[in-house]
Amino acid sequence: MSAPVYNFAYLDEQTKRMIRRAILKAIAIPGYQVPFASREMPMPYGWGTGGVQVTASILGPDDKLKVIDQGSDDTTNAVSIRKFFVKTAGVETTTKTSEATVIQTRHRVPEQALTEDQVLVYQVPIPEPLRFLEPRETETRRMHALSEYGLMHVKLYEDIARHGHIATTYAYPVEVGGRYVMDPSPIPKFDNPKLSDCAALQLFGAGREKRIYAIPPYTHVKSLDFEDHPFEPYRHDAQCELCGAMNSYLDEVITDDAGSRMFVCSDTDFCEGRRAAGHGPVAAGAMETARG
Amino acid sequence: MLDITANTPAFDPAYASQAAFRALMECMARPGEIRSLKGIDAPAPFAPATAALIKSLADYETPLWLDATFAAAPKAAEWIRFHTGAPVVGSPAQAAFALIADARTLPDFGLFAQGTSEYPDRSTTVMVQIDAFSGDAVTLKGPGIKAAHRFAAAPLPADFDTRLQVNRALFPRGIDLVFIAGNGIAALPRSIMIEER
Repeated sequence: MSAPVYNFAYLDEQTKRMIRRAILKAIAIPGYQVPFASREMPMPYGWGTGGVQVTASILGPDDKLKVIDQGSDDTTNAVSIRKFFVKTAGVETTTKTSEATVIQTRHRVPEQALTEDQVLVYQVPIPEPLRFLEPRETETRRMHALSEYGLMHVKLYEDIARHGHIATTYAYPVEVGGRYVMDPSPIPKFDNPKLSDCAALQLFGAGREKRIYAIPPYTHVKSLDFEDHPFEPYRHDAQCELCGAMNSYLDEVITDDAGSRMFVCSDTDFCEGRRAAGHGPVAAGAMETARG
Repeated sequence: MLDITANTPAFDPAYASQAAFRALMECMARPGEIRSLKGIDAPAPFAPATAALIKSLADYETPLWLDATFAAAPKAAEWIRFHTGAPVVGSPAQAAFALIADARTLPDFGLFAQGTSEYPDRSTTVMVQIDAFSGDAVTLKGPGIKAAHRFAAAPLPADFDTRLQVNRALFPRGIDLVFIAGNGIAALPRSIMIEER
């Protein structure tokens, strides 16, 4: 017998139908968390079981898959999920953002602008933006029904009262299409502006919490803020020490035990692409000029 | 008596379902844009694409409601039962999917499940078979649409624009519409807004 060991993309067809129906409703109601019957996957919760189920349900044999973990193609989570789909779906994989048709991501949005032919699938740990403010699901569900998001603004206000600025730096709450407040997953707030009016469809899967939600392409996504404390994306004031990028999100890498550190692009494909194109770190004097 | 040979189209459960779903997902994400998918033969009044979508998305968890034309075709109901196992229900308010063969007699949207404020996803997806994506076009705006998109379908009920506006006013409750002409499909999710013609 040469029958395959798995159904295509691991999940059985009934599960895929159920997830696909949830995805369609999620797209029709941007930002609303659709409950779904999340399955146990052959990996622990917290390793992207929600994202994996969404990817498995949309993936076709002609897709080219890219998986990133904190912007990187070569960390454990990204490598294991990529191998999972190579084994169960036999799809082609790539590390190049521009070549991928489906990109599964943990906690980053690629630096390169996405296109209409791409789908970005986020792994989400806690889909409910109000959960740490109100632990009861019945209450948060009612708050979403009534668009009662005052509590979230109180939280941001308390940040200002305590720290002088909005100290939330990741999983920064957004309002989608003028209606639902949504957790963009723990992406750095640097990435929040990329969610808005994005050409690609964005899908979010939370496996343990059993929720799927979506941002359709070209949908306005607003990071919550105040008139006198407008939203500001944060970026280390430095260049990437490998490619010299001044506009990418940077990882801080500790290089010895004496406090030395360097900054490098978190998006490995973006950094590799720049280096291949001949970019490199800019000398300190030139950098001051570049900053103006 | 169910003739299984006449009821078994060439439809790979994994690959063909995925292709049909992906086309519909793109349509939902980009309201009014027309995508084509590989339809399958099914008894009248099924359009080939409708049959492919139902086979991809319906199962024992999704009650179906049939309009008078579908309901008058026992072979169509037999096909649904054999291929999906989905229960056919008498009330549109209980339906996860509704199949409309005659778009002119599209029932009032309020008769379908609208979802609740807490669970707006518990609403009917209405699949409407039309003759063609042509005729008097309406301008769509909203999520999924870059600036504005023109959409035309024929035939439609005379008060279709008003119905869409009422449906949008209910947001996040409301129904989602899928239009099918031959092998072409397009979707109008509840999030769209229409401009005066």
